[in-house]
Amino acid sequence: MNPGLRKFFVPVLAVVIFLILWEALVWVMGWPNYKMASPSDLVPAYAKYWNLFFIMGWQTLWRTVVGLVLAIIVGVGIGMVMGFSRTMREALYPLLVGFNAIPKATVVPIVALMFVGAHDFNTVLIAFMISFFPIAVSISIGLSTLEPEYRDILRALGASQATIFWKIALPKTLPEFFGALKVAVTLAFIGTNLMEIVSPHGRGLGALFDSAKTNSDYPLMFAVLIALAGLGILLYYIVVWLENTFAGWAERQPG
Amino acid sequence: MNNLIEIKGVRHAYTTADGPLPVLDGLEIAVPEGGFVAVVGPSGCGKSTLTRLVAGLMMPDVGEVWLHGERVKGPRSTVGMAFQNPVLLEWRTILQNVMLPLEIVPTKLSRKEQKERARYLLALVGLEGFEDKRPSELSGGMRQRASLCRSLVHKPEVLILDEPFGALDAFTREDLWQTMHKVKEAEPFTGVLITHDLRESIFLADQVVVLSGRPARTQYVLDVPNTGPRDLEHLYTPEAAEMLAVLRHQIEVAQGRAPVEEGVA
Ligand SMILES: Nc1ncnc2c1ncn2[C@@H]1O[C@H](COP(=O)(O)OP(=O)(O)OP(=O)(O)O)[C@@H](O)[C@H]1O
Ligand SMILES: [Mg+2]
Repeated sequence: MNPGLRKFFVPVLAVVIFLILWEALVWVMGWPNYKMASPSDLVPAYAKYWNLFFIMGWQTLWRTVVGLVLAIIVGVGIGMVMGFSRTMREALYPLLVGFNAIPKATVVPIVALMFVGAHDFNTVLIAFMISFFPIAVSISIGLSTLEPEYRDILRALGASQATIFWKIALPKTLPEFFGALKVAVTLAFIGTNLMEIVSPHGRGLGALFDSAKTNSDYPLMFAVLIALAGLGILLYYIVVWLENTFAGWAERQPG
Repeated sequence: MNNLIEIKGVRHAYTTADGPLPVLDGLEIAVPEGGFVAVVGPSGCGKSTLTRLVAGLMMPDVGEVWLHGERVKGPRSTVGMAFQNPVLLEWRTILQNVMLPLEIVPTKLSRKEQKERARYLLALVGLEGFEDKRPSELSGGMRQRASLCRSLVHKPEVLILDEPFGALDAFTREDLWQTMHKVKEAEPFTGVLITHDLRESIFLADQVVVLSGRPARTQYVLDVPNTGPRDLEHLYTPEAAEMLAVLRHQIEVAQGRAPVEEGVA
C-alpha cells in the first residue's frame, strides 16, 4: 500500500477494531447502560443532540485554542528570560514549580469567584494556567543548554544577540518546543473542561456532560467523552502537522 | 616581514567559585602574514582561551592582541573559526551551512556568486555532490570538511582552528591534513592551529609553539624547516623524528613530568 494511504488507513482501522471490541465487550458482559454504554447507544445520542455537540464543541475548542495561544506567548516569553539570564532562571524556577504544583481544580472556584460571570475569560485563563509551564521549561532548557560553540560561530563574526537568537537559538529549540506543545495541548484541553464541569455555566462540552449527568443520560455522557477524545486528537494532530512543517529536520530516518 | 597576528604579554584569569583561576601568563606569539602556527600544550592549559582572545570573543586582563596592525577590541569579520565540534546547523543543508557567515558579514557577492563560492569550496575539500544533504547524513570527517568551508567562505585573513581534527580517526585525520595543504594553497590565510597531535603540528605548521602548563606562557618555539605543501612521507624522515622528540620532551616539561634541563635530576 502506498505510504500516504497507509498513514490514513492504519489508524482508522485501529479505531474501528476498538469500537467493535468495545461493543462486543458490553454485549458479552451484558452490562446495562449506566455501567457502560456501548458504541451503538452513542449513535442515537449524537443524532438527538447533534446541534448541541456542534455549538458546545466549538465553545470548548475555541477557548482551548485561545488559552493555548496565550500559553505559547507567555511560556515562550518566560522561557526566553530564563534561558538567557541565569539569575532570572534561579529566581523564577521555584515560583514556577510551586505554581505548577497547585492542583488546578482548586484554582477553578477561586477564579470563578474572582471574575464572576466572565465565563469565557475564566475558562481561557484556566486553560492557559495549566498549559504554559511545559512550554516555559522547554524553551528555557533549550536556550540555556545551547553549546557555546554554536553561539561563537556567529558571535566571532560580529553577529548581534538578536541575530544569534533568530538564526540559531530559536530553530535549535523548536524540536523541544513542539515536544512541550504536544503536552500543553492536552493540558489546555483538560483545563477548559475542568472549568466547564467544576463551575458549570452552560457552555462547552463539559457543561453538556454535566447536564447529561444531572439527567442520568448515560449514553450522552459517554458520547461527550468520545467527542472530547475526538477534539483532543484533532488538536494534537494539528500540532504534529506544525511540527513536521517547521521542525521536520529533527526527525532521523529510522535504521 | 609584517606580523599579521601579534600576542603581546597576554595574561588572563577566569573568575570561578574558588577565586580567580590564572590561565594565561605572559603569552608571546607572533605570526607573519601567510604563516601557520601550531600551538601545543598540556590539556587544560589555556589553548582554547587563546583562540577566544584572538577571535575577539574575550578581552585579556593584561596585554594586547593585534591583528593586521589593529588592536583587537571585539569580534571582527576578518576571522574564521572551526572547532573540534563541527557545529553544523541540522536544519540547514550543507550548502546553506557553508553560506551562513555571508549572512552576517557584509559582502559584495550576489546571492548567485555566494552559492558559487560555497560550491567551489565544497568541491575543493572533496564534498562535491553533498551540497543538498543534511549534516546528519554526513560522516564525521565530511562534517569537519564542511565546517572548514564555512570558516573560509567569507575569505578571512585569519583562520583559527581549535583541534578541528581531534575527534577523527587516524586515517581520516591524515586525509584532512592533506586537504588542509590544498586549501591553504588555493585560499591563502594566516593560521593558528591548536592541536594535541605533534605529528599534525609539524606536518601542517611552519612554526610550533609549546605552551607551559596552566597558567600558560610561551615555553618553546620550534621552526619547521620545510614549509608549504608536503606529503606524509615527510613524517618519517630523520629530521621529523628529531623534531617530534624535541616537542615530546617539551610537552613532558610542560606537564611537569620531565626536568627543565636534560641531565638535571
Ligand atoms: N568560562 C570559563 N570559566 C571558568 N574557567 C574556565 C572557563 N573556560 C575555561 N576555563 C578553565 O580554564 C582552563 C583553560 O581552559 P581552555 O579551554 O582554554 O584549555 P585548553 O588548553 O583548550 O584545554 P583542552 O586541551 O582540554 O582543550 C581550564 O582549566 C578550564 O577549566
Ligand atoms: Mg580546548
